[in-house]
Amino acid sequence: MSESLLFRIIHIALHLLTALLLGPLIPGLINKVKALVAGRCGPPVLQLYYDLAKLARKQAVFSQTTTWIFLAGPVATVAAGLVAALLVPFGHSPAPIHFQGDVILFAYLFGLARFLTVLSALDTGSSFEGMGAAREVTFSALAEPALFLGFAALAKSSGSLSLSAMLASPGFAISRATGPFILVLAGWMIVYLAENARIPVDDPNTHLELTMIHEVMVLDHSGRPLALVLYGASLKLLVLAALILGPLLPRTDNPWLDWAAYFLALGLFAVVVGVIESITARFRMNQVPQFLMASVLATAFAFLLLLV
Amino acid sequence: MSDIQFAPCRNGRALLMKDVPELLFPEFQDEILQAVNSGKRLACLCADAELRLFAVLADDPAGALWIGRTRLDHPHYPSLTPHCPQAHLFERELAEQFGIVPEKHPWFKPVRYHASWVEGRDAWQRTGPIEPGVTDFFRVEGEEVHEVAVGPVHAGVIEPGHFRFQCHGETVFHLEIALGYQHRGIERAMLGGPHPLSLKFAETVAGDTTLGHGWAYCQLLEGLAGIEVPPRSQWVRGIALELERCANHTGDLGALAGDAGFLPTASFCGRIRGDWLNLTAELCGSRLGRDLLRPGGLRVDLEPEVAKMLTSRLAQIWGDTQNAIELLWGAASVLNRFEAAGFVDPIQAREVGLVGVPARACGIEQDVRKDHPFGPYAEHPVALGLAQSGNVHSRAWVRWRELQASHAFLAEAFEALADSATDPKPTGTMALAPESLCVSLTEGWRGEILHLAVTDASGRFARYKIVDPSFHNWFGLALALRGEQISDFPLCNKSFNLSYCGHDL
Repeated sequence: MSESLLFRIIHIALHLLTALLLGPLIPGLINKVKALVAGRCGPPVLQLYYDLAKLARKQAVFSQTTTWIFLAGPVATVAAGLVAALLVPFGHSPAPIHFQGDVILFAYLFGLARFLTVLSALDTGSSFEGMGAAREVTFSALAEPALFLGFAALAKSSGSLSLSAMLASPGFAISRATGPFILVLAGWMIVYLAENARIPVDDPNTHLELTMIHEVMVLDHSGRPLALVLYGASLKLLVLAALILGPLLPRTDNPWLDWAAYFLALGLFAVVVGVIESITARFRMNQVPQFLMASVLATAFAFLLLLV
Repeated sequence: MSDIQFAPCRNGRALLMKDVPELLFPEFQDEILQAVNSGKRLACLCADAELRLFAVLADDPAGALWIGRTRLDHPHYPSLTPHCPQAHLFERELAEQFGIVPEKHPWFKPVRYHASWVEGRDAWQRTGPIEPGVTDFFRVEGEEVHEVAVGPVHAGVIEPGHFRFQCHGETVFHLEIALGYQHRGIERAMLGGPHPLSLKFAETVAGDTTLGHGWAYCQLLEGLAGIEVPPRSQWVRGIALELERCANHTGDLGALAGDAGFLPTASFCGRIRGDWLNLTAELCGSRLGRDLLRPGGLRVDLEPEVAKMLTSRLAQIWGDTQNAIELLWGAASVLNRFEAAGFVDPIQAREVGLVGVPARACGIEQDVRKDHPFGPYAEHPVALGLAQSGNVHSRAWVRWRELQASHAFLAEAFEALADSATDPKPTGTMALAPESLCVSLTEGWRGEILHLAVTDASGRFARYKIVDPSFHNWFGLALALRGEQISDFPLCNKSFNLSYCGHDL
């Protein structure tokens, strides 16, 4: 690397600031787009920041049936999200932390967060939260193969097991890899919608606890733990978006241009998610596995194409 | 019915009590069972404190109504429900109100959880305070079965009701619905009336059906007093009823879209529903149509200039409504969702006596406006909204067809009323016929509304019975959930959109 130490420090600082501060902007953008498509004004783009500030000043109410595990879910969600944010490259490569095999750590950080969220849902003893936990586990078991098959395809094409190298390989420059990349990105888009509990898999706006997947697991959280849950969810939106935007964006020689392109692309990506949510209805719950299987098939086929 | 012993009657026309023969109970029972077996409908079965039973049978295709009555010697009789499921909730209701036990009733539980009207005669020998929703719920046993209890406090701003699901994974084996939290005692408050407040009580039986219930009450009084309402006033009542239907159907279609996660229609319809309500406000000053009706006519008539103004407002709102709802039918993901959920078997729908939108969604051609025309509907018929599949999509589609029909009616009515002078206001007092009985039916936006009154020797209400369409249809919702996904419950529930307070009275 020809970068000077100063440049490196600035990049890492920018990376950290992005990871810490930018997350809550994405749900704000998505909601704004949804509102505009539906002909409403909608909440301000910064609404989630206001909500977090409000919740941070509130006391939490704990059910008498819960134990410390109830708090482990929200804490793990944020902790895992922040560590994962250090492993993916945003506007530049490499990410602040990178080593061969960090892709496995990345995937299972989210696995750990999910595991503890599910436990904290079960900890309440509520039948709703139990149902939500069962759904979350079922669907994530189908989303995980798609994530890994996509990683396998990128690892094969880049010859590396580090996210910083895998996601930074300029996909469109190598014509042979273009087709597989499109398949991987399509498959990951489905994973993105499913993992972040967006329409058509889940409805983040619904108040109907019987239909929820992710939201129902955090119904009993309030105050600061709820702030952590919401912040963690926004981190996940930010970090997983990097998986899709990394291979998609061409890299230039000018790192500042790369950063600007990344932020612009992130904004556009939120708009795309908002539009998808606006023009589709939710799937019936028993059709979600078929949708997720489509992502597994797409990424598996991409991997096969790169093998031959 | 060949040897018919029930007295024939017409919607909103009083009968003298002596013209309704008092049958022996076995004859009464046979008559009902035969009628229901030959395709007629038990529109009402109720009792009073003197152990009299009244039944109203409706033959919708023939446009005929029959009333029968009997008197029991003891506060118990063999239940009709095993042979006639339509009687199921009526029999539970009369047991709860008057302590009359229908023996061998297969599902014998309270309906609204209130004390018996007759001191010391309780069908369940309950003592002490009665709490709503505290009962033996049906349970499915087994390791893999789990129970989900929802309500009475819900996650939205809706009415209270308790839903108990027996689930196997995501599949619902059984849903039991416990209501009664909204019981206010409206039927009892009507006794001894009509009072100055009786119309208010009728209008608030179900707050979103002000005109449906208000009109049924007014029609009942007009029938008992033998008053004819001028045709123009009837037409204005029709306008108000159809506006109420339009507002609620638009709101329901928007809410259905919202429950399926389809935002554009949900947002647009939420606003347009308000526009429809505002038309009602132009008519009478209240968005819900409160205080428009008076027995004998109207409190405020529709001035020709207002009718002219409303014509153009209607055209604009109708354009918006069409645009918003056609988005819904254009989205494959929505249709996919609607068609897969909430199937009610048409045969079961007839057996349990569904009315209104859920019945017409099963292909049952039944609409009070067509079958037992009241007000303006004999001269100005409204097209029947019909669908065949009995699922959520059919119920949504029936609403859409009815919106179209109501719009056609409204457009014609506004135009005609813009060039005709208003009617004189109804004059104050009306004397009701003593020792009489009257049945009044209207088609509210949910379905058939029935009010029945029996007057005493001085022409006061000795018994006042209200049947909201929700009373017939809640059981349909439970049937619609059998074998369905529990995650589809909100969608199914919204497709019925039944009233809690209309049921609880």
